[in-house]
Amino acid sequence: MRELLVAVGRPEVSSSVMREPADLGRFGEYGGRFVPESLIPACEAVEAAFREAWADPRFRGQLDRLLTVYAGRPTPMTPAWNLSAELGITLLLKREDLAHTGSHKINNVLGQALLARRMGKTRLIAETGAGQHGVATATAAALLGMDCTVYMGAEDTERQELNVFRMKMLGAEVVAVHSGSRTLKDACNEAMRQWVARVDDTYYCVGSVMGPHPYPWMVREFQRVIGDEARTQTATELTAGVPDYVVACVGGGSNAAGTFAGFADTDARLIGVEAAGGAAMTDGAPGIVHGYRSKVLQDANGQIAEAHSISAGLDYPGIGPEHAHLGDIGRARYVTVTDDEVLDAVRRLARAEGILCALESAHAVAWVMRTAGSDELPPGATVVLTLSGRGDKDMATLMERAQ
Amino acid sequence: MSRLETTLRAARDAGGKLLVPYVTGGITADWTDHLLAYQEAGADAIEVGLPFSDPMLDGVTIQQASDRALEQRVTPDRILSDLAAVRDRVRVPLVAMTYANLVVRLGYTEFCRRLADAGVSGLIVPDVPLDELGGLDDAAAAAGVDLVLLVAPSTTPERLDDICARSRGFIYAVSVMGTTGERADLAATATALAASVTARTDRPVLIGFGVSTAAHAVAAAATADGVVVASALMRRVLDGATPEEVAVDLAAIRAGLDTVATGTSTGSTAGRVEQHGYARAARA
Ligand SMILES: Cc1ncc(COP(=O)(O)O)c(C=O)c1O
Repeated sequence: MRELLVAVGRPEVSSSVMREPADLGRFGEYGGRFVPESLIPACEAVEAAFREAWADPRFRGQLDRLLTVYAGRPTPMTPAWNLSAELGITLLLKREDLAHTGSHKINNVLGQALLARRMGKTRLIAETGAGQHGVATATAAALLGMDCTVYMGAEDTERQELNVFRMKMLGAEVVAVHSGSRTLKDACNEAMRQWVARVDDTYYCVGSVMGPHPYPWMVREFQRVIGDEARTQTATELTAGVPDYVVACVGGGSNAAGTFAGFADTDARLIGVEAAGGAAMTDGAPGIVHGYRSKVLQDANGQIAEAHSISAGLDYPGIGPEHAHLGDIGRARYVTVTDDEVLDAVRRLARAEGILCALESAHAVAWVMRTAGSDELPPGATVVLTLSGRGDKDMATLMERAQ
Repeated sequence: MSRLETTLRAARDAGGKLLVPYVTGGITADWTDHLLAYQEAGADAIEVGLPFSDPMLDGVTIQQASDRALEQRVTPDRILSDLAAVRDRVRVPLVAMTYANLVVRLGYTEFCRRLADAGVSGLIVPDVPLDELGGLDDAAAAAGVDLVLLVAPSTTPERLDDICARSRGFIYAVSVMGTTGERADLAATATALAASVTARTDRPVLIGFGVSTAAHAVAAAATADGVVVASALMRRVLDGATPEEVAVDLAAIRAGLDTVATGTSTGSTAGRVEQHGYARAARA
């Protein structure tokens, strides 16, 4: 692994925490593979294929090249000059909003799509909430000549009409899911059901660090390019080399996991920001949903609760199992911000820096704005904030709120 | 071995084919009437669904039944107290079917104890596969509840061996790579799977998922010891059929199975008798 990382020109980041999970995909007491018997061989096949591919310099080379010439990596690290001055801190923005398709989701999807093709699969399926992961999956499917079906809660297809149309433009089929709460969690269930029925030709491209083993680990590895790049960039941007704080929004937690992975072995404080209406770390209890054990929003009987956030991408009752573990052991801290704080943050960042970010990413921005200058984020602190996506998809929501 | 397995073995060893219908707990106010009607129609055991908000392995019918029950604020405790209330009149064993989160929420030991207190003698949790049992099998056994494990057409031979060894009550053979739900035909994968399971164990083997008609049940029972019937019955319930009306459908499946039961033993059964030295009286 060491030679490989060197071979593809990545900074070597060894970390005692964010490593390979223990047996059966365990991060502490979380993770695992809680899927029906019918899906066990499919999960095992994905795990075996990923292990092999990730150790294969040719696969790593292919993926690196795609990330560079297709997705536009490395993404810049932009100093937020004006906000930094206003807030009295040094704020650096890791610009995933500038990646192809407008968010970090493309990093994971290109990795998984290449893996699917290597496994001989001809069709990708995916769940999506805001539609960003669906768009990224449809994009990779178009590029690699694969069929693509995206499952999306019926309520989300209405809220995110534009992204539904984008997916269709890219040649994907979009299926509205009408069961349960008709949102992201139901789309996850449906994708799993459809995978059972067509495991032979179909690869399930999971959109975040969730799902049965090996997905939480694999998706984190595909997203760690964010953190690895950021680590190289801070080495030259910051005199200390490493920031005091690393901040990212958390839905399932993939952009945060990828970012954290680059700094897990440093003394940087890792902060994950959840939506107040979907805060599995703050309000959830240990539980099992969508094939893994983690902290989950649920009622006293174990029925999964609906999350409520202005950003469809954070409207998810669970959180990646590795985050639950990082929280338990105190390596990362998870906080929440409200919809109103998020709306303010979008506007303030846009006016200060000329960057219109996604509502999801604005959660991280809102926390920095709220805490800068306090004990939580002292004056003069250096902060790397992952701006996970751009705000184009949210214009309809913002227009509605402005009225 | 608890009451579930003892009862099913006895019925099978007497030459019968096993019929296990399903009902979603709390689907209607008087839902326990379905248990009594199923019993009258010849059920050997009854599967009772404890509805979960996110039923990953269920097709549209059971999803709708679960949603409808949950809309009426049904809880596992309510369902179990309803069951306890009809305990004296329901003679056949009951098997609870639910998803992992309802079980871990209470804790394995407490959950199984509550099942046993309500007179339930079996448990099926489809999203807790063999590798993730984590003591659920021991907790169930300690409470006198048979933990029924599932096998699927994709299950490897080594896993089949392990599952057959650790499942209690019966082996649930999932007929098809897919979710629950009615199908036009019994999947071709069903009988092949049942055959490889019966060759490995003397526990009862039931085929479920998509068994919708008497003809399907008869075809399934050629290799397996019986069937689980869920979506076909629950669709009728969702459409407003009374317990008696639904029981008419079940009785037709019972009649079909009885034609097989009185027949002579099949090759695979003979093989099994030899292998395990089991006397299967009425079939021999
Ligand atoms: C821009 C953006 N950021 C963040 C997320 C949340 O996902 P994760 O927590 O996996 O990074 C989404 C999900 O849709 C998104 O579109």
